Amino acid sequence: MTAVLDMQRVQKRFGPVKALDGVSFSVCPGERIALLGHNGAGKTTLFRLILAFLKPDAGSVKILGASPGAPSARRAISYLPESVAFPKNLTGAEVIALYARLKRTAQRDGVEALERVGLAAAAARRVGGYSKGMRQRLGLAIAALGHPKLVLLDEPTSGLDPQSRAEFYSYFDHLSDAGAAIIFSSHTLNDINSNAGRILILKSGALVGDGAEASLRESAGLLTTLRLRVDAAQASATAARLGGHVNGDGRIVIECAPDQKVATLARVMAAGEPFQDIDISDPSLADIFRAYSQEKRG
Amino acid sequence: MSEALGDIAAIAKVEFIVALRNRWALLAAIILILFAGVLSFVGGTPGAAQHIDRLTLSVANLAALSVYLTPLIALLLGFDAIAGEIDRGALPLLLATPVSRSSVLAGKFLGHFAALALALGVGFGAPGLIVGMAFPGGDFIDLFRLVATSILLGGCFLAVGYIASAFARSSALAAVLAVGAWLFLVVLFDLALLGALVADKGGVFSRDVFPWLLVANPADAFRLYNLSALDLGVYTTGLSGGGGALPCPPLTMLVSLGVWVVAAFFFAYLAFRRVKP
Repeated sequence: MTAVLDMQRVQKRFGPVKALDGVSFSVCPGERIALLGHNGAGKTTLFRLILAFLKPDAGSVKILGASPGAPSARRAISYLPESVAFPKNLTGAEVIALYARLKRTAQRDGVEALERVGLAAAAARRVGGYSKGMRQRLGLAIAALGHPKLVLLDEPTSGLDPQSRAEFYSYFDHLSDAGAAIIFSSHTLNDINSNAGRILILKSGALVGDGAEASLRESAGLLTTLRLRVDAAQASATAARLGGHVNGDGRIVIECAPDQKVATLARVMAAGEPFQDIDISDPSLADIFRAYSQEKRG
Repeated sequence: MSEALGDIAAIAKVEFIVALRNRWALLAAIILILFAGVLSFVGGTPGAAQHIDRLTLSVANLAALSVYLTPLIALLLGFDAIAGEIDRGALPLLLATPVSRSSVLAGKFLGHFAALALALGVGFGAPGLIVGMAFPGGDFIDLFRLVATSILLGGCFLAVGYIASAFARSSALAAVLAVGAWLFLVVLFDLALLGALVADKGGVFSRDVFPWLLVANPADAFRLYNLSALDLGVYTTGLSGGGGALPCPPLTMLVSLGVWVVAAFFFAYLAFRRVKP
């Protein structure tokens, strides 16, 4: 299958700062990829290279086999910047009509895109009166125009409340169903689990993690934790028998590899201890991100 | 090609709508009407030259006004065109579409130019028409010429504003550059020429260089073209007075203005190409 995006050993410096350092990865049609990294890790630089706003110092970037900035590449990509801004005096309908024209698509596609993001009722209102969430949805409607093959969303839910974020991500389905690959950056890790099948982690310009959440968790060597509550007087003795330790709140903590979770649970239950409560937790995405951004090569 | 024309038309339409809705065109027209009205009815008293009709005198006064106000209004419209988009963060979304930068700039220019033409047409045309109808005998061609060349002069300085905007990449700096361009081209240039004339005392500079420097400056070219076309007789002085003293046909002044529009737009495009959104 032809890669929608293929980056090989891409480097970009701004003076003494390595913004991107040998970044290589490919994106297939329909993939949903979350791009994680601290501020300044290189996420926006990566987008700007794909959009041909910047040129790499070394390495290659190909969009459906074409170089960034080529007409076919520009038609294939949609982009939503972090702080999207529109002329305040234009209505939503006028803004979408402009971008429908610039993205070489029919005006009715613009109307449908507004309906899809729930802005049909506000289409005749001026954008200056839109909330931040409405502006972001208008931006997403624009990003969906022109049947893009690759959609780049830079912190698209920044500043949105949880309800607005959930609504925003729900519109991804239409893009994915149409075969578009989506790369979105976000600092809100809780939103990513259900919205990305693959995660890229950038640290100081280097790609330190690339894979599904489970494989990243596994390769990071992070452990699944079982927390067991027993009578306080029995906790230490029980922990010693089960090979765990007692934590600050009096619960017994037993750690195991994620793929040993079921076997470990079976062993613990077979011990016949009088447990009052059991809690099992896999490493969170925050744990994974922390492990990669702190411990792996930067 | 047709795609580019469609892009240009779409962007021009949006810029024109925005200029109308944010009251820019209205405010510019009101300011011009106020100044032009005062000049037409108060400043146009034909005491100094009774054989000159009232409309011709008004057009002469409006030309003197336009030399200062039109560049200023055009620069105020142009300085924010690109820098403002950068400040607001709107440029990445626009340039991530298949539209070319030349189309973006051309569309903005046409939209702004149309708004400017509307403001200048109403601002100078309305007072002129009223004077012409109140005091019959004048030639409305003079008024039409003034409005048309004012629009051309506005086009020059609109493009100069774009250069400032694309070069500065921030609205604050672009505003400073735009004011600097107005001061230099409209005020200081003439003062410098005057100083050089006094120092030269009728030498080679006065005879062979000075007239061409006037032609090369858009504000002076505009003034010379309009005043040389009016039958002002003794009412006017110096090189402004008549085509006979000019080093070239009056049409050259129009060519100068046209070259300024094209050249300034081209340099604005070169600067815009270097902008990294």
